[in-house]
Amino acid sequence: MALLAYTVRRLLMLIPVLLGMSLIVFAIIHAIPGDPALTILGEKASPQALADLREQLGLNNPWYTQYFHYLANLLKGDLGVSLHSKAPITVEMGPYLAATFELTLVSMLFAVFIGVNAGIISAWKQNSWFDYICMLIALIGVSMPVFWLGLMEQWVFAQELKWLPSIGRDNPRDPVAEITHFYIIDTILAGRWDHFRDVVEHLILPGVALGTIPMAIIARITRSSMLEVMRSDYIRTARAKGLGQFFVVYKHALKNALIPVLTIVGVQVGLLIGGAVLTETIFGWPGVGRYIYTAIGNRDYPVIQSGILIIATIFVLINLVVDLLYAYVDPRIKYR
Amino acid sequence: MKKKVLTAAMTSLLALSMALAGCSSSQPAQQPTDQGQAQQTPPATEPAKNGPKQLIIGRGADTKTLDPIRETDGETFKVTENIYETLVSYEDTNTTVIPGLAESWEISEDGLTYTFKLRQGVKFHDGNDFNAEAVKFNFDRWMDKSNKYHNPEGFPYYTDMFGGYKGDPDHVIKEVKVVDSHTVQFILNRTQAPFLANLGMSPFAIASPKAIEGGKLGDEPVGTGPFKFAGWKRNDIITLEKNPDYWNKEYPKLDKVIFKVIPENTARLTALTSGEIDLMDGLNPDDAEAVKENKDLQLIMRPSMNVGYLAFNTEKKPFDNPKVRQAISHAINKPEMVKAFYSGLGEPATNPMPPSLWGYNDQIKDREYNLDEAKKLLAEAGFPNGFKVQFLAMPVPRPYIPDGKKMAEAIQQNLQKIGIQAEIVTMEWATYLEKTRQGEYEMCLLGWTGDNGDPDNFLYTLLDKNTINGNNIPRYSNEEVHQILLKAQSATDQKERETLYKKAQELIFNDAPLVPIAHSTPPIAAKAGVTGYQPHPKGSESVEKVDIQ
Repeated sequence: MALLAYTVRRLLMLIPVLLGMSLIVFAIIHAIPGDPALTILGEKASPQALADLREQLGLNNPWYTQYFHYLANLLKGDLGVSLHSKAPITVEMGPYLAATFELTLVSMLFAVFIGVNAGIISAWKQNSWFDYICMLIALIGVSMPVFWLGLMEQWVFAQELKWLPSIGRDNPRDPVAEITHFYIIDTILAGRWDHFRDVVEHLILPGVALGTIPMAIIARITRSSMLEVMRSDYIRTARAKGLGQFFVVYKHALKNALIPVLTIVGVQVGLLIGGAVLTETIFGWPGVGRYIYTAIGNRDYPVIQSGILIIATIFVLINLVVDLLYAYVDPRIKYR
Repeated sequence: MKKKVLTAAMTSLLALSMALAGCSSSQPAQQPTDQGQAQQTPPATEPAKNGPKQLIIGRGADTKTLDPIRETDGETFKVTENIYETLVSYEDTNTTVIPGLAESWEISEDGLTYTFKLRQGVKFHDGNDFNAEAVKFNFDRWMDKSNKYHNPEGFPYYTDMFGGYKGDPDHVIKEVKVVDSHTVQFILNRTQAPFLANLGMSPFAIASPKAIEGGKLGDEPVGTGPFKFAGWKRNDIITLEKNPDYWNKEYPKLDKVIFKVIPENTARLTALTSGEIDLMDGLNPDDAEAVKENKDLQLIMRPSMNVGYLAFNTEKKPFDNPKVRQAISHAINKPEMVKAFYSGLGEPATNPMPPSLWGYNDQIKDREYNLDEAKKLLAEAGFPNGFKVQFLAMPVPRPYIPDGKKMAEAIQQNLQKIGIQAEIVTMEWATYLEKTRQGEYEMCLLGWTGDNGDPDNFLYTLLDKNTINGNNIPRYSNEEVHQILLKAQSATDQKERETLYKKAQELIFNDAPLVPIAHSTPPIAAKAGVTGYQPHPKGSESVEKVDIQ
């Protein structure tokens, strides 16, 4: 029951967070110069057409009127309509979110699997050559610019070796039929295993590019957290009981070392969802980061506002899930 | 014992995965790809042998809407040109007007009545007939604000090219009359010299009246063109299929055309090299050489219909003095600029319009690069020691100026030699456009890409006093030029118009409100097997004649 109350309370806290968020975003985008009408009509538009459009879009109203108008619509569940494509944002956002989720999921699987294991083994074999190499790689991984890594991957694996496709989510010559917009699921639903493999292949390069930094961070956190736990008494006791080394590390130590790792994973997932702009740009990935980024360039106010709002909501929700997971990992944690 | 084996197995597995992670970019890809190769590569290298002929065109950004009249955006027209057609068309590589959906036309003596004979037996993709009613339906939608299907935000290109909407004082088209099912008459309020050329522009595409009534034209376009719309995944791909009932039985050659968004220029070239796409625009000029040398690829140049220029705010001191402007013209080494910043993919510009347009004045000899002359002019203008100036450099690559910042730096160095201290300022693109239009600058870089191939579209649009606060960035106001440009707009005699525009170019050259720097020829890269692709100077074209081996 306490858990439920806690969850509800956390969800209620979303409201002031999002309100504040929307106000800040609104203030910022209206403070930066630039005219949405001009970006819609292009550099060729006549002054008359620009003035007409500004009036039509309500851009001549004071900003607070625009803000309250926006809020009122939001309460009705209406995220607004893109100034550019004229499509409702709720509809438009769906496929982009799916694309980003899919990519984020793959890169986080990569990051967590490799990162956690590397961290564990590094801690286990502390000061061994393996440890040094791992941490060196993690250091390089953290400082590697994503766009550089992405372009290098494309150059090596797509252009030179021709092993993997370099762009997009599927082969445009034989595209995947969209059902849920999650291509992995769509291909399974359609029973198209050739498409499934195609989709997986398309996920590898961007997934690795996007997952490298989180992987390196996770590896470092896991290692330091593990080192701390490994020195604790109960681990010594477990060893003294004659338990296998592997069992001690992966069963006893890992569970307690996992809390900080979990926190980092939560934060990283949240970051990747909104912050994959570079990866999405380089790999021609039709994701939500690029969608909002383009909207900023276009001064597409409704898309920027609603997009950021959605991402903020997801971010908060993910962190809530992480907080709830703590109790699962460590039953001593109680929610009040 | 058993546990030990398991431990060993797990450890080695982990070690392996670690090693994979180690060279995070090199190893993990290996396994699935060896098998993937068989599936991936063949369709890329030999798509024509079996299965449909497909052409994948890679480009930088997505289309905004598939209802072209609502747009001014080039990425939109690249697609819609394949779906829709216009009453008249242009020749493949220049802007001479040729028949399109109209087979022939007659212009009345007074230039106020245009009678078009429409092509027979043309059908829209939804099966409805193309006829005079359909033409009238489209034009009524565009010009009449009270029309049910008019866009509440207006039709930007319609007002720009035809002087507003019905009822506006400058509106060109008085009425569109259906004479019989395949004859349509345009009655004009006033003569407009580029009228035919305007009709050929991509936004004035004739759509199926049924589809317009359906209200979803922007998402489900229906035209008469060589390709039919098949699907759109936003920010990713737009797929078009062959229209088997196309009136010109010879075309299209392809079964499918796919427009794929790849925002990054380098990544797009990688995709072309690896065979994932067949053709791309937005090639980095620096990569042109590599494409030329790659025997699997070909380099195609789009004829220029643009101009990149350095503009002065002629309302502000010291640029209100023509001598200062002329002095700076002398301090810019255009051939060097073309070599350095266009990778040779362009030509130095003398006039604000490209030489591929009729009416271009080739008698004008450009001011040569001469610093002494520049200093002399500056001294005459009263600035023997130069002055300080703020210089706006474009933040984004445009076809007419591929790298605004680097070009600005080169100009800055030259200006320093004649004593002018230029401080380079740059800002985000939307702001940049706004500031330059409103005259909140002293000196800036900008350019223009033509729409309909008429000199009016360059000279009037860029330098008439009526377009200040619009595209007249230098805020140039010369009554004589204004009168000439207006006269050329209403004259219907081609010879007379040519003379007028040549004269206007002379006057503009002497006043030097801007320094035309270059006309670029945007490079396009394609696979060697792509044939019949002829890029049009206006920036977009139908690919009906393209074939792929």
